[in-house]
Amino acid sequence: MKFKWREIGAGLIVPVILIAIWHVVTSMGWVNAQVLPSPLAVVKKWIEYASPYEARDAATTSWLAWAFSGELIRDTMGSMYRVVVGFLVGAGLALPLGLAMGSSQRMYAWMNPLVQVLRPIPPIAYIPLSILWFGLGNPPAIFLIAIGAFFPVLMNTIAGVRHVDGIYIRAARNLGASQTTMFVRVMLPAAVPYILSGVRIGIGTAFIVVIVSEMIAVNNGLGFRILEAREYFWSDKIIAGMMSIGLLGLAIDLAMNKLNNYLLRWHRGLEN
Amino acid sequence: MNSTHIEMNPTHIEIVGVNKIFKTADKEVVALRDINLEIPEGQFVCLLGPSGCGKSTLLNAVAGFSLPTSGHIIANGQKVNAPGPDRGMVFQEYALFPWMTVEQNIAFGLEIKGMGKAEIQDRVASLLAMLGLSDFKARFPKDLSGGMRQRVAIARVLALDSPIMLMDEPFGALDALTRRNLQDELLRIWSELKKTIIFVTHSIEEAIYLADRIIVMTYRPGTVKKDLIVELPRSRETSDAGFNALKRELGQLVMEEQQRHHNDELKMAAVD
Repeated sequence: MKFKWREIGAGLIVPVILIAIWHVVTSMGWVNAQVLPSPLAVVKKWIEYASPYEARDAATTSWLAWAFSGELIRDTMGSMYRVVVGFLVGAGLALPLGLAMGSSQRMYAWMNPLVQVLRPIPPIAYIPLSILWFGLGNPPAIFLIAIGAFFPVLMNTIAGVRHVDGIYIRAARNLGASQTTMFVRVMLPAAVPYILSGVRIGIGTAFIVVIVSEMIAVNNGLGFRILEAREYFWSDKIIAGMMSIGLLGLAIDLAMNKLNNYLLRWHRGLEN
Repeated sequence: MNSTHIEMNPTHIEIVGVNKIFKTADKEVVALRDINLEIPEGQFVCLLGPSGCGKSTLLNAVAGFSLPTSGHIIANGQKVNAPGPDRGMVFQEYALFPWMTVEQNIAFGLEIKGMGKAEIQDRVASLLAMLGLSDFKARFPKDLSGGMRQRVAIARVLALDSPIMLMDEPFGALDALTRRNLQDELLRIWSELKKTIIFVTHSIEEAIYLADRIIVMTYRPGTVKKDLIVELPRSRETSDAGFNALKRELGQLVMEEQQRHHNDELKMAAVD
């Protein structure tokens, strides 16, 4: 991979200016450090947050385990775990249902009214029920994330299957394709661009929901940590946590982009 | 055997009393009226006429995509009631599967047939060579020019080894040079493989250049206006006197129908 230094450089100008202003504002004492800590304090806290608590005990812990024992790392992994599991559950249920609803008029007639009623309910509104049903810990969080991921994937899968260009179906029928072949080799791949954009929205929603669910149901993870930091007035840690959330979201998005480009390498829209 | 039929091959496609009526909410359009045609094996037939004359409708009826309202069609000794690989179709819009490479597109029909892997490979390789596509076999359709795409579509139909080839304005979207190039290619393949071809076009020159027999159709309702055998020897020269005489004669016929089409549109505009 070749880095485009010019582009990266241009992208750094505005953040650097903002951080400089931030630094001036805080170092001049114009704002209370408890409300807005200096960028240096944030970085310091961030490093502290990411580093292991204690010196390594060579007898009991490996170097790798020690390096990953920092609070930030464990929080990140906890959040990632919930996003991944929740997303897989939600998308794993949405995909077959969406394929069925998209391809069968009857299935659509049965399910669509229910889907339309449930879909506008934001995942956050399920919080009370999720705690009632699953108590505290990972299960309610995963439930909420799954709901967040479910609807975008479902709606896009339905649309994808329904919008398959008739010309492909005609061509496949002309070649003698059976119902199964038509579905697996024609309808499904033709719907992939739609499905992937649903997956992308679904992951985005899952990422929002994980932060919220960690604020209420679990006692680790990035969402929990920034709420905890507020209770101790650790504003530097709040900001460090937020930055971590931003970077994690960016990483997920980049990974999705890579996957998209690979799966849609045949797609016209990606020529540039 | 009757002496007049000595040179005639047996009938391959029989169109008997075919009518096609399209119903919309407020009106009925008679697209085809009382079409009767016998097409002998190995004949290259062009359906010629302005848009709206039902030439594509007739082709789609033979393909089995849209069955006649009354009357019937017999192809390969069987009544047509669904699309099938015994009547391979080449579409104007190519209809290649964009998620499959050139090679996969050509192999798809063979996989549907349940042919063995090794045999598919051999067949695809020889078709790639026949159409000059060998260097492009790993490309996706989006990376091919229109002419190349149509070559792949022809190869995909040839792979089926169907005795009948249906072509719906296949070269309509190509530039003049590519078009002539593919016409020559098609004639070469046709003389080699002896297929029965029904070829829809609105280009008089294309029809004369390619066909054994030209059927001029009338504008709404679509009927056979003229059914003539092209006696010009092959290979034909567009600058030839005989070619031009025929071009004038057909031009007259097509213009009459074009005029009726035009008048009809004026009438419709007046109603609005």
